[in-house]
Amino acid sequence: MDVILLQLLNGLDKGGAYALIALGLTLIFGTLGVVNFAHGALFMLGAFCAVSFNALLSLELVTIDPDKTTAWGTPLEIRTPYVEAYLGDFGAWLLNFSVPVSILLAIPVMLLVGFVMERGLIKHFYNRAHADQILVTFGLAIVLQEVVKSIFGANPIPQSAPETVRGAADIGAVLGFDPGVIVYPYWRMVYLGFAAVVIAAVFAFLQFTTFGMVVRAGMADRHTVGLLGINIERRFTIVFAIAAVVAGLAGVMYTPILPPDYHMGMDFLVLSFVVVVVGGMGSLPGAVAAGFLLGILQSFASMNEVKAILPGIDQIIIYLVAVVILLVRPRGLLGRRGVMES
Amino acid sequence: MATQTSPMRDYIFFAVFAVAVLTMPVWLEPIGAGYPDLLQKFAIFGLFATGFNLLFGLTGYLSFGHAAFLGVGSYTAVWTFKLLGMNPIPAAIMAVIASGLFALAIGYVSLRRSGIYFSILTLAFAQMSYNLAYSVLTPITNGETGLRVLQSDPRLFDGSTESDGPLLSNLFGIEMTGYAGFYFCAVVLLIGFFIAQRIFRSPFGIMLRAVKTNQNRMTYTGLNPRPYTLAAFVISGMYAGLAGALMCITDPLAGAERMQWTASGEIVLMTILGGAGTLLGPIFGAALIKYFENIFSAFNEQTLHEIFGFLPDWIEYPIVSVSSLFVGEGWHLTLGVLFMLIVIFLPGGLMEGIARIRKLFRRKPGKAEPSGAAAPAE
Repeated sequence: MDVILLQLLNGLDKGGAYALIALGLTLIFGTLGVVNFAHGALFMLGAFCAVSFNALLSLELVTIDPDKTTAWGTPLEIRTPYVEAYLGDFGAWLLNFSVPVSILLAIPVMLLVGFVMERGLIKHFYNRAHADQILVTFGLAIVLQEVVKSIFGANPIPQSAPETVRGAADIGAVLGFDPGVIVYPYWRMVYLGFAAVVIAAVFAFLQFTTFGMVVRAGMADRHTVGLLGINIERRFTIVFAIAAVVAGLAGVMYTPILPPDYHMGMDFLVLSFVVVVVGGMGSLPGAVAAGFLLGILQSFASMNEVKAILPGIDQIIIYLVAVVILLVRPRGLLGRRGVMES
Repeated sequence: MATQTSPMRDYIFFAVFAVAVLTMPVWLEPIGAGYPDLLQKFAIFGLFATGFNLLFGLTGYLSFGHAAFLGVGSYTAVWTFKLLGMNPIPAAIMAVIASGLFALAIGYVSLRRSGIYFSILTLAFAQMSYNLAYSVLTPITNGETGLRVLQSDPRLFDGSTESDGPLLSNLFGIEMTGYAGFYFCAVVLLIGFFIAQRIFRSPFGIMLRAVKTNQNRMTYTGLNPRPYTLAAFVISGMYAGLAGALMCITDPLAGAERMQWTASGEIVLMTILGGAGTLLGPIFGAALIKYFENIFSAFNEQTLHEIFGFLPDWIEYPIVSVSSLFVGEGWHLTLGVLFMLIVIFLPGGLMEGIARIRKLFRRKPGKAEPSGAAAPAE
């Protein structure tokens, strides 16, 4: 029982990342009808927003203390980050909380990236074959990835969570199991909560605002909305930018869990596509549900007991599920009838 | 390749192509590509792209998992070496059979869907094979280290030969390295090209094109497209397996990274760059990418300074620092940019570009000529 609970929890945070990326992918596909292979790159860009924000804050002021010497006899250098030197305690706090605070940087950056991408490139691909869309966004993903690589290098850059949430909680002890069995890092809980908030925000935005209503109408029947005199393309551009922000934020918050490197986007992209397909092309709740579902399935498959019966299942479970779903129920778990069923 | 084709023209075309391929070491010398390792790659990836093109170019089904067949071909070839001996011919035959069977299984399932679903299904299968090759199948694939032929392997037919040197594939005593290896690959490429040409011209090829043009209409005519697409998928998987075998014949080592999905992306890129649906295009594309990969990744800042040395310093430095992003380690950036430019501006690839230029020149002299005469190249 406790093992199952542990795997459930482990699956949730990965599932949260899948769900966020898949949500953005589905938004783009549902509105613009574009298959965006560069979405993983947006996730990666978000993560590198956090990295650069942290690097910016960590610029150091070097002062020399004349009274003290190091063990080698040279004067002791004291390195203090500029923010700490000028802003005092607030600066130290800022540095400590650099990952969550970089959300503030990531939102405008990702909005801009999404906007430029849609207007500059995707716009011209509305009416071209899906194959062309896949190819051009695949090319864009390579470009973004290589640019990041040339700036930040090829090695993963670890980021640390704020100190207050750095440890792990012994959830098992709280729930009455043996202590030390179910240990779950605080930051993953934060990530889970964050994912839930972002998902709720996106749904609320689509469900309760006029803008969201127009977008939903556009997803259902784009042509008629256009005939009603609404400039649906402009709304869709904004939707694209929002999807980029969602992917970016997922990336920002994921940095303490997985040190970002330039190809993390590609790794997540393939899985997220599978998630979208399992959930149903164009179905937002489907994407979220499938994201969590596959995350949990993956973590169950990596249990030793399961691996003993079916060796290697943890490596292929997600793809296997996708294959079965596509063959048995092509429109996915929650897909609408008739949408991309062929 | 005008639309009016006759068997005669095809044979002449093939003969010219064959001569061009076989004399590559001579006429590629001046541009620095005249050495066997690179030429082998041209031939191998040319073959791979030709096979991919039979599926993507003719039927329009975009497979994102073709590298899996390459990997299966490679592993089979190395296993044949291990068990039967270092002769490349059984290795190639076994690789074609194994990858064909593998493609049959995957194609049978994947081809139930079309469009983006087909792409994702093939991608899923390829990722599964890749992950399995790295983990559970380690006894067969030797995981991360890669599969190699060892002195202690049985090698039924030539296991008795005593040699301490590195094991190389040899065709009745000719070692498959250097130019011998290239000529072996080139001959296989020519055979593959010839078969592809026959398929392009056959009723079967016309059926495949019908699948791409309008599958519904084809169904209404009373034809079931599935057997045709499945056959195309299997044939193209066999080409990929053969290419994988050739890789191992020239260098008997098989690793799982050959099956990664970026490798599948690369072959798509080669085909698109050259021109999907044309005979020569994919081979052009493959050679061009391998050539630039080789040239560009060898560049460094030093060579760039030499190239732009004639410019005044204040221009030279910015140019060098910008272009150094695109060479050496950053070669993939060039690849990505090139890829995007081709898809955006020239979806038909280089062959379309050539056709456009040719059209431009043809039309100029006499405008009275009816436009139908300037037949579009395939």
